[in-house]
Amino acid sequence: MSDIRQVLREANAEAVHRMLAAEPVLIDVVAAADAIPELGEGMILHAGPPISWERMCGPMRGAVAGIAVFEGWANDLDAAAALAARGAFQFRPNHDFAAVGPMTGMTTASQPVMVVENQASGNRAFCTINEGLGKVMRFGGNDASVLTRLAWLRDVLGPALGTALRSIEGIELKSLVARGLTMGDEMHQRNVACSSLLLRSLAAALANTCGDRAILTTILSFIASNDQFFLNIAMAMGKAITDPVRDIKGASVVTAMSRNGTDFGIRVSGLGDEWFTAPVEMPDGLYFPGFSAVDANPDMGDSTIVETIGLGGFAMAAAPAVAGFVGAGAPSNAAHITHTMREITLAENPEWTIPALDYQGVPTAIDIRRVVETGIAPMINTGIAHREPGVGQVGAGVVRAPLACFESALWALGKRLGVT
Amino acid sequence: MSKTSKSPLVVKAKPASLIQGSPRVVNVGLSGFAEALAAQGVAVIQVDWSPPARGDADLATLLSKLSD
Repeated sequence: MSDIRQVLREANAEAVHRMLAAEPVLIDVVAAADAIPELGEGMILHAGPPISWERMCGPMRGAVAGIAVFEGWANDLDAAAALAARGAFQFRPNHDFAAVGPMTGMTTASQPVMVVENQASGNRAFCTINEGLGKVMRFGGNDASVLTRLAWLRDVLGPALGTALRSIEGIELKSLVARGLTMGDEMHQRNVACSSLLLRSLAAALANTCGDRAILTTILSFIASNDQFFLNIAMAMGKAITDPVRDIKGASVVTAMSRNGTDFGIRVSGLGDEWFTAPVEMPDGLYFPGFSAVDANPDMGDSTIVETIGLGGFAMAAAPAVAGFVGAGAPSNAAHITHTMREITLAENPEWTIPALDYQGVPTAIDIRRVVETGIAPMINTGIAHREPGVGQVGAGVVRAPLACFESALWALGKRLGVT
Repeated sequence: MSKTSKSPLVVKAKPASLIQGSPRVVNVGLSGFAEALAAQGVAVIQVDWSPPARGDADLATLLSKLSD
């Protein structure tokens, strides 16, 4: 028994070390097929654990139909849905390919993906470009306006961002996020500071490398008008940080939390790439005018990778303004939420600190043992999609990870270590 | 237990002092008790607590084997 305890102790120490030692750098924007060679025709990566067309929720189906039309695999949405129902498309989780995607999380061959390299370990992770607010594909939007914007991201913004990033050899993200935390971001539902800091780092490079003044103006306006532009970069950063933590024998640290609108799934370091799933919860939140809880889809997206590295709901104390926006109570409750998340994590990140907590680090490295023992489920800040395909975002809220995922993972870890 | 015992468990305050003045309460566990007291103006501190593994004996045993 003492040997097992030593294995656990050393494995978790290594997991924490790898998370805190990461050096994520945004280095490029490339076509998804170039980043992920397996991504061929008819293959669609989605958010969350594996799921079939039959079990997909409304917005996920809407996004699948839309992206199939965008890629030229179907002439219209109805034809795309019929093809999906006949099994014409291959559905795989983003997480299987070093990728992540917000909400529905569609990733297909021609879409541009941002590339974050973890220069401490050499691995790379990918995420599509944030489309902005309103009717967008990540919330299940799929009409002509959505597809036209995706085409502009593919043909104009993606190549321009890639060229600019290569010209300055990338943007170091760890220090940028550290500054964002001191400016009121938690990197899930509030990214206004980091989006601004990123634009400040990119503007001169874009001006230097983009020869067309009208295009440059459009690009700068697009980024500047989207407070959540940095979210997708934070997500790719999270994936780049957590991937090297996989497969440490005996480690009980969570390496992924994700949801597909039907199931919530987690992965645990000592259990490799196995998913532990439970029915996903409904967010508790606030709704845009004209919408209410009856319109809401259950929780969705790979964006919980930011909570997995100590941001989002775990860093709520850095962003008290978000507590009200997502319906998590008074701003004064934000510190309580971060303190509570400290109960289920193994470390604080000394480089990502929160001024309002006397510069304590964000709670880092979720331990499934602590989650099960305390009954404290990870707190997640999230957007809320309409339950019907094609509508888009209807609100924002908070949601808890289902405890059943952590309990089943703990049994599996016990079996793997030979104690059950 | 005699009053002269040096045991730390000895209650040195006179019992009468407990009912003199306003009560001050630390509530452990179910918050409903604390909320009811607070609603009546009683000074109360809530301590969040629940049985390990939500009272699941099998999980608690497993946790004991995997603790470090």
